[in-house]
Amino acid sequence: MRDRGLLVGGLALFVAVVTFPVWYNVAAGTTARGPEPVRPAAAGRCVAPTEYMRASHMSLLMAWRDDVVRGQERNFVGPDGKTYAKSLTRTCLGCHTNKAEFCDRCHASAAVTLTCWECHIDPASLRRAGR
Amino acid sequence: MSVDRRAFLGAAGLCALAVTGTRSLEALAGTGRPETAPQGRRVPRWGMVVDLRRCLQADGCTDCIAACERAHNVPRLPSRAHEVKWIWREPYERAFAQRGSGYADEALRGKLVPVLCNHCDNPPCVRVCPVKATWKREDGIVMMDWHRCIGCRYCMAACPYGARSFNWLDPRPRVKEVNPDFPTRTRGVVEKCNFCEERLAQGRGPACVEACRERALAFGDLRDPGSQVREQLRSRHAMRRKPELGTEPSVYYRA
Repeated sequence: MRDRGLLVGGLALFVAVVTFPVWYNVAAGTTARGPEPVRPAAAGRCVAPTEYMRASHMSLLMAWRDDVVRGQERNFVGPDGKTYAKSLTRTCLGCHTNKAEFCDRCHASAAVTLTCWECHIDPASLRRAGR
Repeated sequence: MSVDRRAFLGAAGLCALAVTGTRSLEALAGTGRPETAPQGRRVPRWGMVVDLRRCLQADGCTDCIAACERAHNVPRLPSRAHEVKWIWREPYERAFAQRGSGYADEALRGKLVPVLCNHCDNPPCVRVCPVKATWKREDGIVMMDWHRCIGCRYCMAACPYGARSFNWLDPRPRVKEVNPDFPTRTRGVVEKCNFCEERLAQGRGPACVEACRERALAFGDLRDPGSQVREQLRSRHAMRRKPELGTEPSVYYRA
């Protein structure tokens, strides 16, 4: 075991290189931070429970899209028995008025690129743009 | 009991006919397609009547076009190569290309008449769409699903009225005044008049009809003999664009 120092030193160097991203993030203060979307200030109820929306809002929106465009079915009755219009601009953005801090933060963090906004309009950003 | 070959074949033929006969007879006779929905609810057949006399009284009026552009975020593009049209004006001779009227339509020659998607009963655009992005609703509206359009432009080639436009350029920056209640389109999809189906769902009439000060546009249920459109069609001679093609337009023009 004459080369013990070389072995231990090599292993230590290997561990340091492999775990470098973890230490780098600790130093930069970005470790294990979620996207922290900002919920609407007015504490209303969403069309479905939060847990469901967090996991399946995309499926709900796709179903709404097909219902409205292809099925002429424009009303959604939530689990709470209330009726909502199946509208991204009116119903969703009606409460979640800050798209940049709600939708975009999560999608940017998860690297999900959306095509919704190529056609659908965020009224708040429209107002900001002065159009 | 013994069965000979002739009797067996005869019985087999009768069985096959009994199984397939009713279906093929229905298909041949073109029946079996009910005019009302299964729930017994009466479905309208939306149609439009353009009164050319009233329309041409207001020479140069484009209120209907402006209202449509505002309602649907239709971009206004100066170049003919890029233009997007829902309702627009076309010289009479181009809109009604049929020959053989002699001097009968002299009063209309050279005039600009409003034209739009005819929402045909037999729409060629629907037949050619490879992804079912366009289809005919039971109320007669030839609908489009812009989510599904792949921009192949087969429908534009199939439409004999030139009622469909392709978005060569990103339309949103070119929309004068954006209406947040209706989406804009994106580059690479086809669009056309939707008979204001989003307004019909709210119980309102089309934007162009509402905007026309001359009341030259009438909209209603072609299936209802008491409707305003049927009344107008009864009272004066009306024509449709390119009737010889068999597309059965639901936009009529009162001469």
